[in-house]
Amino acid sequence: MSAGAGPFAEALARLRRDPGALAGAALLAAIAAACAFGPWLLGQDPLATAPALRHQPPSAAHWFGTDALGRDLLARVLVGGRTSLAVGLAATAVSVGIGTLYGAVAGLYGGRIDELLMRVVDFLYGVPYMFLVILIMLLFADTARGEPLPVFVALGLVQWLTMARIVRGQVLSLREREFVLAARVAGAGDARILLRHLLPNALGPVVVYATLTVPAVILLESFLSFLGLGVALSWGELVAEGVSVVNPVRSYWWLLAFPSGFLAATLLALNFLGDGLRDALDPRSTP
Amino acid sequence: MTGAVAVSLAAAILLAAPFLPPAALRALGGLFLAAPLFVLAPDRRLGALAAALLAAAAARWLPLRVLRRLTWLLPSLVLLVFVTTGLMYLAPGNPFANERVASPQVEAALRAQYGVPRSAVEFFGVYTRRLVLEGSLGPSLKVQGRGVADLLGPAIPVSLGLGLLALGLAVGAGLALGVAAALRPRSWLDHAAMGIALLGISLPNFVIGAGLMVLFALELGWLPVAGFAGPRHLVLPALTLAAPYAAYVARLARAGMLEVLQQDFVRTARAKGLSERAVIQNHALRGALLPVISFLAPAAAGILTGSFVVETLFGIPGMGQWFVKGAINRDYSLVLGTALFYAALVAALNLLADLLYAWLDPRVRETR
Repeated sequence: MSAGAGPFAEALARLRRDPGALAGAALLAAIAAACAFGPWLLGQDPLATAPALRHQPPSAAHWFGTDALGRDLLARVLVGGRTSLAVGLAATAVSVGIGTLYGAVAGLYGGRIDELLMRVVDFLYGVPYMFLVILIMLLFADTARGEPLPVFVALGLVQWLTMARIVRGQVLSLREREFVLAARVAGAGDARILLRHLLPNALGPVVVYATLTVPAVILLESFLSFLGLGVALSWGELVAEGVSVVNPVRSYWWLLAFPSGFLAATLLALNFLGDGLRDALDPRSTP
Repeated sequence: MTGAVAVSLAAAILLAAPFLPPAALRALGGLFLAAPLFVLAPDRRLGALAAALLAAAAARWLPLRVLRRLTWLLPSLVLLVFVTTGLMYLAPGNPFANERVASPQVEAALRAQYGVPRSAVEFFGVYTRRLVLEGSLGPSLKVQGRGVADLLGPAIPVSLGLGLLALGLAVGAGLALGVAAALRPRSWLDHAAMGIALLGISLPNFVIGAGLMVLFALELGWLPVAGFAGPRHLVLPALTLAAPYAAYVARLARAGMLEVLQQDFVRTARAKGLSERAVIQNHALRGALLPVISFLAPAAAGILTGSFVVETLFGIPGMGQWFVKGAINRDYSLVLGTALFYAALVAALNLLADLLYAWLDPRVRETR
């Protein structure tokens, strides 16, 4: 890398040399593309039932087999991927929004405001998150089961705590630096300092943590699906269906193997990418 | 009235805690440590006496950092009960909404009988007063004729046993894997261990559970498939529950140990001729332990609530199922009872982790 390259260019160069992160990014891109365009190319309706084709093992006509109602599993897995990826991105966006704003305010004002705001975070850390998720979901009990909105909101509302801490720490360490003082002297207000000077410099850790939040949220959604509270037709729901047909008499392995394979591959890819990004943006963390 | 006062007081203490002088922290911390004794004592007067003695002793002898944590603990439990009550009341529906004879008179009579007023703040008052004065978690609103304590009583040892077993497995296996990986960084062992760890983090644990079930119960027949009738039934659920946390512990232990191995005091230890074994045992292992210990409390919280899923999968009659049932049925007192139990447990674990941490890390011990 050249001596004049900025920190992001350097990070990108380091990321390019990390095989794990590259493999993760490639796998993620492949899965996302398959979920986006696959159902359209496949031409199978993920909801069309066919009583004659119940519990078919994988075959040339149905690559991933069919489920208890004769629905094509491949189509369901691909469409389910859209749901799960959307849940991951939307809930992460909610959590990044809340966490960044909260942490930035705490770090920027410091002192007692910071102390009070961080008390609230400490308090929420003490509450087991599944509790909060289920209680928040209850608020939407009038919405039809399987609607995505309550899940986005509930998951986003419990996932912002660590983000708030990270952003606060960054802002606290940045706000006394010369370039911020210079901006202040030049007459910049709090909002401008925050948006133009502090947040862009705190971006690295935020991106890293957001990348790691996406798999955490997808995983949480699958737990909710397993308890019957998740989003309809997500990977979580498909995996839960697969688990529910585990029995000593007959094996419907494809119902469990394909959805959990896709889910695990996606989470693995995201975790690899997140780890790689962290190493790339924070060279000291690499042993 | 009682409710509003209790919440304001709790919030005030929480917000004021960082600015209180040490003497006030000592008094409040001791008082809060002794409060459960008063609540749980069978005799009011005896309980008050014992609690007063304990409070005085705690204020006198416990280290300030522990008392500071205690000051913050009880008010946060009060606040948790309040927030949970608020959320339950905000949710559509109520415990008496789907009674078949839902005339307003019947509902009013049921509300009076169970002590469930229409306002959340009033209910919170009734609930806390009953908890403090009678030491009772109240009647279940949905399971007829049973108290919340009767329902949770048999479930607590099951969930606790499962949780502790899982925590022990997670820490033991995780530490072994992490330390082994850190001793030979970038070797095949390191890559394999971290690969397994990443897989453990990336698979939903009910998939791991289903896999274990198929392998060990259905194919090999070594262990029971599901249900609960003794410790053998807890093995597969505990393994399932432990897997993701063992993976986290392994990653933390590896990172912590690698960091310590690069530090000057390790170089000094090597330079003065200590064997590699002594360097690892006396110096580097501590680096692996510290991050794991601060992860212990959140891990325990996660394991306890993660058991919602594992208990459902393996059909184990633990606490998780009561929380989920209570939440879906709007059984306010059942939900509050479970919440209170979990939160108190997590708080106690936090305290324990704090003490352990101070004991292991001299820097923390001396500066605070």
